[in-house]
Amino acid sequence: MGSYVPSNQAERQAMLQSLGVSSVKELYDAIPPEVLLNRELNIPEGKAEMAVRDQMEALAAKNVVFPSVFRGAGAYRHYIPSIAKYIPAKEEFLTSYTPYQAEISQGVLQAIFEFQTDMCELMGMPVANASVYDGSTAAAEAAAMCRERKRQKTLISATAQPDTIQVVRTYCEAANAELVVVPAKDGRTDKDALRQLLDDTTASFYVQQPNYYGLLEDCEELGQIVHEKGAKYIMGCNPIALGMLKTPGECGADVATAEGQPLGMPLSFGGPYLGIMTCTEKMMRKMPGRIVGQTVDAAGERCFVLTLQAREQHIRREKASSNICSNQALCALTATVYLAAMGPGGLAEVASQCYSKAHYAAQQISAIPGFELQYQGEYFHEFVTGCPVCPEKLMAELEKHGILGGLPLEGGQILWCVTERNSKEEIDTLVQILKEVAAQ
Amino acid sequence: MNLIFENSVPGRKCDLVPPCDVPVCEMPQGLRRAAAPRLPELSETDISRHYTKLAERTYGVNNGFYPLGSCTMKYNPRINEEMAALPGFTGVHPLQPEHTVQGCLEVMALAEKYLCEITGMDEMTFQPAAGAHGELTGVLLIKQYHKARGDHKRTKIIVPDSAHGTNPATAVMAGFTCVNVPSNPEGGIDLDKLREAVGEDTAGLMLTNPNTLGIFDKNILEITKIIREAGGLSYYDGANLNAIMGEVRPGDMGFDVVHLNLHKTFSTPHGGGGPGSGAVGCKAILAPYLPKPHPVRDGDTLHLTMEGYPDSIGRMKAFYGNFLTVVRALTYVLTLGKEGIPEASHNAVLNANYLKHELEDTYDIHTKGHCMHEFIITLDKMHKENGVTATDIAKAMLDEGIHPPTMYFPLIVPEDLMVEPTETESKTTLDEVVRIMKKIHAMALEDPAHMHELPVNTVIRRPDEVKAAREPVIRYSFDK
Amino acid sequence: MNIPKNLLYTKTHEWVEEDGDTMKVGLTEHATEQLGDLVFINLPEVGDSVEAEGEFGDVESVKAVSDVLSPATGEVTAVNETALDSPEAVNADPYGVWLAQIGNITAKRELLSPEEYEKLLEEEA
Repeated sequence: MGSYVPSNQAERQAMLQSLGVSSVKELYDAIPPEVLLNRELNIPEGKAEMAVRDQMEALAAKNVVFPSVFRGAGAYRHYIPSIAKYIPAKEEFLTSYTPYQAEISQGVLQAIFEFQTDMCELMGMPVANASVYDGSTAAAEAAAMCRERKRQKTLISATAQPDTIQVVRTYCEAANAELVVVPAKDGRTDKDALRQLLDDTTASFYVQQPNYYGLLEDCEELGQIVHEKGAKYIMGCNPIALGMLKTPGECGADVATAEGQPLGMPLSFGGPYLGIMTCTEKMMRKMPGRIVGQTVDAAGERCFVLTLQAREQHIRREKASSNICSNQALCALTATVYLAAMGPGGLAEVASQCYSKAHYAAQQISAIPGFELQYQGEYFHEFVTGCPVCPEKLMAELEKHGILGGLPLEGGQILWCVTERNSKEEIDTLVQILKEVAAQ
Repeated sequence: MNLIFENSVPGRKCDLVPPCDVPVCEMPQGLRRAAAPRLPELSETDISRHYTKLAERTYGVNNGFYPLGSCTMKYNPRINEEMAALPGFTGVHPLQPEHTVQGCLEVMALAEKYLCEITGMDEMTFQPAAGAHGELTGVLLIKQYHKARGDHKRTKIIVPDSAHGTNPATAVMAGFTCVNVPSNPEGGIDLDKLREAVGEDTAGLMLTNPNTLGIFDKNILEITKIIREAGGLSYYDGANLNAIMGEVRPGDMGFDVVHLNLHKTFSTPHGGGGPGSGAVGCKAILAPYLPKPHPVRDGDTLHLTMEGYPDSIGRMKAFYGNFLTVVRALTYVLTLGKEGIPEASHNAVLNANYLKHELEDTYDIHTKGHCMHEFIITLDKMHKENGVTATDIAKAMLDEGIHPPTMYFPLIVPEDLMVEPTETESKTTLDEVVRIMKKIHAMALEDPAHMHELPVNTVIRRPDEVKAAREPVIRYSFDK
Repeated sequence: MNIPKNLLYTKTHEWVEEDGDTMKVGLTEHATEQLGDLVFINLPEVGDSVEAEGEFGDVESVKAVSDVLSPATGEVTAVNETALDSPEAVNADPYGVWLAQIGNITAKRELLSPEEYEKLLEEEA
């Protein structure tokens, strides 16, 4: 049992004595007696570190960690370089607060400035913030920053990740603003439906690239359609895909967001992840969250500070556009180190391997009767196939072989994901098992 | 020092991924980006040295005293980090079948049970990723409660003027208008003003107790009663929970919903700004509206129910929140247990009172009587007499190698410093801090002009914040 | 404190210059001193309708933001690009650098004479 209180009994006594009280309870004299708990907390007794370790390790051991993962759907297993784990574990990065005191926070501030630069490069956008909670809340914040007095309605494509749609819905409903889901056609955003739904009360349209089904949307044309009606265009991207794919900047996005988890963060049962937000210069002062800027100190040397703070809740209070007052600095650092370790060549290689291996797997899998590809056209590292047997049965069979299969969708199809982490051997084993299941 | 981009040397790289073992497939040209992102090209040594230098230019709790008021910068135990890095937790995909994630669900269920006991709540969600996100979740629970009852006229949230800036911003984000209620001289809520403010349009109250002046509002039962009788609900901002664990619970003070900052009170690290966790606990009346999915126990098995909450406010975040942060917080609660949790609060209050007492003969302390876990110093008099500001004192502390307190908050006290030493500082450290603070005070009286020049010992001098905001440079330019 | 005699003032520290059917609006010296170095100015666009005492823009310093309230109900007929491009000009010459011009005025808010404004400043001090 410990409480991490360093002062020993004699020191505590000495402090009480100088305060002129006999017990620490006297310091609580402002609390009305009728509200005091006056009993022990009903939680277990404290444990020594060794015992806590045993208990937590036993809990971790109750989970199944699959050696072979073919599931994505918003969380992606990629190779994580060792250095991307060790740098963010440095105690100074780990235990510091939001860098308000610039003079002793240059390390965190510079790391965020480097992150912002990386994100601008990756997304092809001129402005990035220091990050928000995750990809889904980034989408919701993006929708909020596009709303204006006369344009309150948000459109979102039905091909976005379902959790993202739900989070955007929660945020829109909170602000009493309308959200309309633009239907899909053949696995992609229905452009005609989009044209019809856009009007002069539409604030923005959000599309995910690649979309939930792994398919590549025609993002340039979607952007043109949206801009013709005077609405803002938001793209939510996969950052690994941007190693090769046309950027949101090239597609004309006003705001571009991403779930940054693939950039060095483990799956971790869904979090912590990293919300990436970038925008055009025109939108900069509407963007929520922290932003680090370059300036000079009293001696004229280059240095970094939190800037454009007048946008934020601690100054604007009820007039702020968002209440967010933190960023995922440690995850942003992880992404920055990941991208430094990968370099431009490494990132392109990872993207290329995801693309090649997914196409190799899709060819093999879709050749099996019943596992045909469900949609035509270009995809990145995810694809949807049919499933000739009950998906649960298939998953149970794969689990016996240490394989986490693709995600069963509501219609009985399977959403597969293949990354650089899956070897040819793994893919071939998967295909062999699928053949056997299909033959039964 | 150089930016990482300025260290880049073409051709340098790390060898990380083996060659592709399937036929390479080319994406059609029309779908490709025109140019590769200008990421740095570096060896692993280059990367390691660069970020080690940045770490040296960063001040963490491991470096020293960090009395940021309202932020609870307590020591972050390393066992928490190791448990959060267990492959059995980090390697789990969020969409795995339920029977393969029972360990994760057990972590969430245990953390929920213990944190509900500590706060006096009935159920808890870990979806919110930060305190502000928790506030939004909690206020949306209140909104949904009124909506489900067909009570559509409740459009106002009451917030005291001493509140954190997030409170009013949250209320507005949740579609409410915000009513500010003034504080009494002790920083508590002015009861008469509160009675005037409530009515049929009151949805709820957002309150921090102990308040931002470090005082426990002794009228708390009366306050929550006024809200309840007006038909509203009361929201507890858990920013200051570290003062009272095991002594008094928000649930027993009449609060219906609470957010915790697991990265403050429950020792998970701040990480330079995040990730944190803004867990939200609520009374049974609000439980039907919690974000979904939520783990539910059925015999020996835990399920993540998607359908069980038809009136849910919806989803606040993809998947289930910052799970690894919950692992850290559970590790901490298991370590401290029923004796350690109150002991932590007792010593947080003892340390704050001791530090306040030792500084009382030198500084003007705004917080009268016994404080809770933090107190307020005001430099108003010094500022008026010789121009030395709270900022100047803070900058002098930087030169002495300690982190300054929170500055200029709460807004209702001029030139203030908000000091929260936490329980994980020893008497030895506090005595040293007192010595330093007295030295700084003497220096301020002796040479006020010099104070504006500080700091001089840090890696940079005072930054030009006006230039940063007037001519924003928020990314490195490769073209210069 | 400089309070030019040829201008009118609001309780919220804007100055107003009446010129026939239009009004020019700016910030008083007192307002700019309270805010400190201005870093950004947000103004309505030409053609926007504004209401007397309604928010019509805001001015930001590093650590503060303040609404600018319209002295009249009407339409914005011009905005000062100098103020938008270099907010520091407002600090340097608060009475020389106006923010916006309002025309088609249908109602005015209560305006103070220089003497009344001077008295207000004394009371607030």
